[in-house]
Amino acid sequence: MKRKLAIIVSLILALAMLVSGCGGGKKSGDTAKKILRTNNSSEPGSLDPALAQGTHESWILDHIFEGLMKRDENGKIVPGMAKEYKLADDNVTYTFKLRDDIKWSNGDPVTAEDFEYSWKRALDPEMASTYAYQFFYIKNGEAYNSGKASRDDVAVKALDDKTLEVVLEQPAPYFLELTAFYSLFPVNQKVVEANPDWAKDPSTYVSNGPFQLKTWEHKAKIIVEKNPNYYDASKIKLDGIEFSILEDENTAWQKYQGGEYDFLSPLPQAVVAQLNAEKNKELVIGSDLSTYYYNFNTKVKPFNNVKVRQALSMAIDRKTIVDKIAQGGQKPAEGVVCFDIPDENGKDFRDVSGNLIKEDLVGAKKLLEEGLKEEGMTIADMNKFSILYNTSEGHKKIAQAIQEMWRNNLGIEVQLENVEFQVKLDREKAGDYFVSRAGWVGDYVDPMTFMDLFVTDGPYNDSGFSNAEYDKLIETAKSTADQKVRFESMRAAEKILMENMPIAPIYHYTKPYAQKPYVTGVSKVVNRDPSFIYADINK
Amino acid sequence: MAKYIIKRVAISLVTIWAIITITFILMHSVPGNPFRSESKMPPGVYENLLKKYGLDKPLPEQYTIYLKRLLKGDFGESMKSRVETVNDMINRGFPVSAYLGLQALIIALCFGPALGVIAALNQNKWPDYLSMVIAILGISVPSFIMGTIFIQFLARNISWLPIAGWGTFAHTILPSLALAMMPLAYIARLMRSSMLEILGQDYIKTAKSKGISKSAVVLKHAVRNAILPIVSVLGTLVSNLLVGSFVVEKIFGIPGLGMSFVSSISNRDYTLIMGTTIFYAIILIVMLLLVDIAYVFVDPRIKLTKEGR
Amino acid sequence: MKEEMSYSEDLFMPVSKEEKNAERIHRPSIKYWADVWRRLKMNKLAMSGLIIILLFIIMAIVGTKINGFKYYEQDLNVINQKPNLVHWFGTDELGRDLFTRTWFGARYSILIGFMAAFLDFLIGVIYGGVAGMANRRVDSLMMRIAEIIYSIPYLLVVILLSVVFGQGDSLFVMILAMSLTGWVPMAILVRGQVLQLKESEYAMASESLGATKKWILKKHIIPNTLGPILVNITLAVPTAIFAEATLSFLGLGLQPPKSSLGTLANDGLAGLAVGNGYQILIPAVFISLIMFSFNVLGDGLRDALDPRLRK
Repeated sequence: MKRKLAIIVSLILALAMLVSGCGGGKKSGDTAKKILRTNNSSEPGSLDPALAQGTHESWILDHIFEGLMKRDENGKIVPGMAKEYKLADDNVTYTFKLRDDIKWSNGDPVTAEDFEYSWKRALDPEMASTYAYQFFYIKNGEAYNSGKASRDDVAVKALDDKTLEVVLEQPAPYFLELTAFYSLFPVNQKVVEANPDWAKDPSTYVSNGPFQLKTWEHKAKIIVEKNPNYYDASKIKLDGIEFSILEDENTAWQKYQGGEYDFLSPLPQAVVAQLNAEKNKELVIGSDLSTYYYNFNTKVKPFNNVKVRQALSMAIDRKTIVDKIAQGGQKPAEGVVCFDIPDENGKDFRDVSGNLIKEDLVGAKKLLEEGLKEEGMTIADMNKFSILYNTSEGHKKIAQAIQEMWRNNLGIEVQLENVEFQVKLDREKAGDYFVSRAGWVGDYVDPMTFMDLFVTDGPYNDSGFSNAEYDKLIETAKSTADQKVRFESMRAAEKILMENMPIAPIYHYTKPYAQKPYVTGVSKVVNRDPSFIYADINK
Repeated sequence: MAKYIIKRVAISLVTIWAIITITFILMHSVPGNPFRSESKMPPGVYENLLKKYGLDKPLPEQYTIYLKRLLKGDFGESMKSRVETVNDMINRGFPVSAYLGLQALIIALCFGPALGVIAALNQNKWPDYLSMVIAILGISVPSFIMGTIFIQFLARNISWLPIAGWGTFAHTILPSLALAMMPLAYIARLMRSSMLEILGQDYIKTAKSKGISKSAVVLKHAVRNAILPIVSVLGTLVSNLLVGSFVVEKIFGIPGLGMSFVSSISNRDYTLIMGTTIFYAIILIVMLLLVDIAYVFVDPRIKLTKEGR
Repeated sequence: MKEEMSYSEDLFMPVSKEEKNAERIHRPSIKYWADVWRRLKMNKLAMSGLIIILLFIIMAIVGTKINGFKYYEQDLNVINQKPNLVHWFGTDELGRDLFTRTWFGARYSILIGFMAAFLDFLIGVIYGGVAGMANRRVDSLMMRIAEIIYSIPYLLVVILLSVVFGQGDSLFVMILAMSLTGWVPMAILVRGQVLQLKESEYAMASESLGATKKWILKKHIIPNTLGPILVNITLAVPTAIFAEATLSFLGLGLQPPKSSLGTLANDGLAGLAVGNGYQILIPAVFISLIMFSFNVLGDGLRDALDPRLRK
């Protein structure tokens, strides 16, 4: 009864507000606090760096933690918690010297022991961290994680309070960049040991980055505020960031348009297309380190036949897909490695290798017929196969377009099969598919993040591709410190991959986002989410 | 009475056990599992995860472990969140969904019966048509369209209505309206037909012939009796509203239980699937039981010995 | 004083077949249905519903062939066109003709609705009838089972179904998914009716005259429950269409390029924010019209079937 009364009263109130408040002008003079409002799309599974998996966690972690290295305003990798580092002549031993003025948000100093502790903790099999494999570059990291070595064998060691020594399994020029990756962020040993549940509650949460966790209302919002103990706090202009947690993309866009967000990423595809077409100033098309591709299951007929795979790939009109369907400024794929990755001479790896993907709508049909003949099959046999994709509007559109292109150009009628993400992953692992949609977002800016996907029995090599020469080239590239040899091997390997076509790259993603005109200083690095660390609001 | 309740509770417990068992089997026979991801996760890491959550054990063993835990009221750890346990999620999500549901129910109970009465008193005349058109429109538009339209045309244009989210009373207005449409229409139509039936009964005619005013007849006799069928559907209605609608929750970004339930299924978050299912089943069964008992008080003609028949 | 009783011979002859049958009680005479129809015709709302449904069925059959486009045909040069002379309902984001796709979708939606209603009817009547006629113990068990089926997470079952039957036949999966729990209300309804009738005087009379249970079920109970069942079927059709639309919101609907009104509405949702509201408007209005028509028809039928409401 009380609630009923409350409703009636509030309805009347609401009406009154409607009548009186139509003039608008509800903003008072509170520009005192600069809080940037945006949407994080999904509830993080955890805000413990060791347990973080995807972008729902990392976008927040990137703002409240800092690794040994960090990115500056322009996205360059520069020392962060470390003030300097040394790489020994063996190319695998790194020594990091930490800054003197670094503190946790609770005032404790950040020490080298903290780093040693955090990394070993993430590798602990008991932690069951999904991203533990980000530490497998460290000597004995994988062995410890799979129970074949002890914690002490892991080659990360605090020589003193401010000196950290790390020994890698193999030379990895991208290791420095990885120390800026969220899995490798440190945690406060004292805090974590005293309270294993420290990361569940903002009041016990301790971090070392430009911001610190203030509020976490589950499935509703996360607020971070400026960390006064951060050594570079004077450079931080925002007082805080409010990440709401709203899953529906369309609703989120409505909120952005209605002025309830200052920044939004991702955007609904139709919105990107429209803003892009009208050259809207609020749309920024950020680059992304990723490739959208289709797997062919090379273990089943006729996809074991390279001609069939080539033909299917040749019959896809990538430019049309990018221009008419994806519509977000994506680039048609020219290989598996995406653009914006520098090679040994500082040039774009992709441009140097050139376009390795052939498109020939007429030749494709001939090739397909040849290939099918070799397998003792006919065009009609192709109709029973299907494209497997996970439920999503974007994937659905592209799958339908490719289905239609194959029908028009090759005369085959494949089926579509959309399943939930978890089912798709499971079926790919089990080899229970014919053609499947996939994508890869690079962990670090180096072609290797794409190239080592396709080694024999690689964990994400769902096409079942296996090529001895390819494996050898990747091994060479991984074990050498000679940049020229490394890049040449990767170039050769990519050629082999594209000749064999176990996957058909479609396009290279972009990361479009919208920001209000008064938001400045957002930096978008190729393989990270947009960063607000140096952002400002000028209302 | 006590004997009847004990018997009903016992039967309900068996029912819940059956639901648990079937859901458990079903859940594990659906392909996909919570720990696969689009990543270079090596097999060793994957096995560590399975071990941590006990998924490496044979299914019958997992089943008995689960049941034992459940008896202590522990729904277990979520496989997707290391922050909240399943109990936490239910404790947080249920009040949100329930609040919204109750608010929707109140709206439905305010307007539904009124529409029904108006329609019945004017059978086959325009007020009848009008109220039925209103009622049926309420169930003719799928809620995902209704919600989107509410946001696009109401929230965007009315400055004091927030577009989506959760927190203040203003946040609850549109979603509870969207939620109320269905039960409102349902109640209105039920009320109409039961009113029509009652109005044709002899005792109403008698009352009329005695010279009691029309409004008195309607209010004192007809409505009071016509409301009975509504009480009987209230159980299902309330339990449906309490657990929340995932569509409305998704579109309006409401941190309720309905959303957790649907996402738990697509994430294969086994413990959360079990937890929410059991919780739902309990609510449904308790509601049905309550309604049966309430019925006895409302309508003395019904005898318990007939098991609610 | 004593009255002479005379028994004529023919009293002891077996009755002729015609005479015997004359005593049998058959289904309600045709006049009853004529009467229902007459009363239904008086209900303008219900009749307009019926007409709309018939129009929809006709258009669902012929509508895809009217303007020469195919439902799967893409023309990426004419994406997102507003309704015009070539594409009467406009085009979608892949340049497909929405007029053709809408009627194709209406066909699938109506097919799903009718098939699901039919399955509901079949399972519901058998299950409910058996439960109602059986003894109390069996009845109680059957009702508990129905309760359990109602409480099991529906989505899990739908996902499992689509895995078991493969997505190649998504129409079949959808129909099955709809009737999975859809039959339960029907069964409960039939059971209730049966119980009520079983204890009614005429059923008892029939039983005492030596009729078998099967006979009573066939000749008395089923015909008498037909009214409420019919109403329920009319309401099951739109419920299934509606549920399919909601499933497609979750991405569990029909596989493209096939469409239903639900998948069309879901596809159109994205267009709303960028001014392509027609993409959602048409399927949404169609769904609402179908829902509306079936519901008013159902209500009208209920009124018409109930002699107590006769005016």
